Amino acid sequence: MAYAAGVDVGSTQTKAIILNENRQIISRSLIDTGANVVLAAENAYAEALKARNLDEREVEYIVGTGYGRYKVTFGDTQITEISCHGRGAVHMFPGTRTVVDMGGQDTKAIRVSPTGEILDFCMNDKCAAGTGRFLGAAAAALEIPLGELGQVALQAEKAVKISTTCTVFAESEVVSWLGKGKKIEDILLGVHQSIVSRSLGLMRRVGIEPEVTFTGGVTRNVGVVTVLNEMLGFPVNVGEESHYMGALGAALFAMDRIMAGRVPVDGN
Amino acid sequence: MTYTAGIDVGSTYTKAIILSEDNRIVGRGLVKTGFKLNEAGERVLGQALAQANLPQSDIAYIASTGYGRFQTAIRNVNATDLTASARGARFLFPKTLTILDVGGQTMKASRLDDAGKVKSFRLNDKCAAGTGAFLEKTARYMGFNTEEIGPLAATSKTIVPISGVCAVFAESEVINCLSQGSAPADIMQGAIASLVDRSVQLMKRVQMEPEFTLVGGILRFETMAKVVQEKLGTKVNVPKDDLVQYVAALGAALLAQYRLRKLGEQGAQTESEKQLA
Repeated sequence: MAYAAGVDVGSTQTKAIILNENRQIISRSLIDTGANVVLAAENAYAEALKARNLDEREVEYIVGTGYGRYKVTFGDTQITEISCHGRGAVHMFPGTRTVVDMGGQDTKAIRVSPTGEILDFCMNDKCAAGTGRFLGAAAAALEIPLGELGQVALQAEKAVKISTTCTVFAESEVVSWLGKGKKIEDILLGVHQSIVSRSLGLMRRVGIEPEVTFTGGVTRNVGVVTVLNEMLGFPVNVGEESHYMGALGAALFAMDRIMAGRVPVDGN
Repeated sequence: MTYTAGIDVGSTYTKAIILSEDNRIVGRGLVKTGFKLNEAGERVLGQALAQANLPQSDIAYIASTGYGRFQTAIRNVNATDLTASARGARFLFPKTLTILDVGGQTMKASRLDDAGKVKSFRLNDKCAAGTGAFLEKTARYMGFNTEEIGPLAATSKTIVPISGVCAVFAESEVINCLSQGSAPADIMQGAIASLVDRSVQLMKRVQMEPEFTLVGGILRFETMAKVVQEKLGTKVNVPKDDLVQYVAALGAALLAQYRLRKLGEQGAQTESEKQLA
C-alpha cells in the first residue's frame, strides 16, 4: 500500500494528513507553528506518522502547502494553499463552488469548477481584520478562551456593532463597550458579525455560488459558522476535516503524483 | 490677569494647557484618557491648575479639542483638533505651512494657507499601522514599553526593514527578525522608518510645503523627527521638550483666548457661537 502526505504550514498552526491509496484519511496531526517553521513541519509530519505507526519510507510522496510550504524541507513539491483548499473542499463536498478559508492570519475566498480547478480567488493577508487574529484579540481582551468564544457569542440577545476596522483599535473598542456596561455575549456577537461581514466582502468579489464550503482553523468556531449561515441565507459545508482542508488537498495532490507514476521527482 | 485653558482629549492621552493673557504657559497637565472621557478632562484640568497654583474660578474660558471634545462638559467651546493644532503650531512657528500630527491612534497631515487656516487635510484613523499604536505594539512584542521606544531606537546602528502593513501581523515579523539575530533597537528603528514612510505619503496628499511642523505624542521620540527630516530632505520644526505633545491643547487655549476677547468686544455670547469651525 502506498501512502501520500500533505503538510500545511499555516501562520498559526501546522497540519499534516496521510492518505492511503483509496484516498482515505488514515492519520492526521495538528500543532502550533511557533517561531521555528521548519521544526513545526517536521514535528507535525512525525506526529502523523507516529499516530499510525507508519515508517517514513512507506510514504511515497509529500506535498507542502501553506505560507511555510517552502520550509517543508522533506517535501517532494510545494503547491499553493489556494489550490489545496479548493481540491480538499471539492473532495469532501463535491457540490462545492465557493470556498471560504479563514485562517489565523489570512482569509481567502476561492471559486472552483466542478472538478476542483481554481477559477478565481481573492485574499486578505495584509490586514488582521477579518482573520482569526481578530477573534484572538477579542478573546484576549475579554479574557475568554478562544475555544469558547463562539458559544458565548451565540447566547447574545442583541449584537453590539463594532465600528472600528483595525484589530488593534477593536481591542480597545471591545473594552470600552464593557466599560459602558454592554454584555460580553452581545459584544462578542458583534465581533463575530464583523469578521463574517469582512469575509463576505471577499466572497462577493469572486462571486458567491452555492455550495459554499468553509475551511481553515476558524471553522472550529461555532459562532462564526452560525453567523456565516445567517448572513449567507443558506448553510455552508463544514465538517471535522475543515480545519485540515489545506493538508488534505496537498495529500490528494501527492496521491495524484503517486498514481501518475511520476515518483520520485525533481520537484514538479 | 485672565487665564484660559485648552483641553485636548486624545485617544490615548488627555492634555491640558493653561495660558495667561500675555501668552505664557502657566500650567500643564497630562493624564491617560481611559474610557471615561469627561473625567479625563476634569482630571487633567485639575492637574494643570495645581501646577499653575490657580483655582478653577480663575479660568475665564475653556476650549476642548481632540476626539473626546464633545464629552468634555466643562468646556465653553470646542474646536476640531486640526484647527487647534494649526493654531498652536503657528503660535510656536509662525511660518508653518504643513503640519504632521502623529498620535496614539491617528495620524494627520494638514496644509495651512498663509493666514494659518487649514486648507486641506488627510487622516489615517482606520488602521493602527499608520499610528503610534504600531510603534507601541512593535515595542511590546519585544518586551519594551512605550517610554522605552525613544531611547531604544536612539541606539540603533543599522536599520532592519519592517513592512508596516499591519500592526497585528508585525508581531510575526518582529519575532522572525529577532530569531534571525536582529537587534531590538534596529527593529524599532525599522518600525519608525515605516511609520515615517506612511506619514510622508499622507503629507504628499495635502501638497506639503515648508515649513513643516511636527506635533503629537509620538514626536516625543526624537529619532522620529530625525527620520522625517531625512526623508523630506529639509529641516522640520519640532516644539521643544514635551511641548510637542501639547500643541493642540495650546492651540485650544489660544482659541479660547481669542473667543474671550471677541466676547468682550461683543458683550454677550450667543448659542450659535458654541460651535467653532
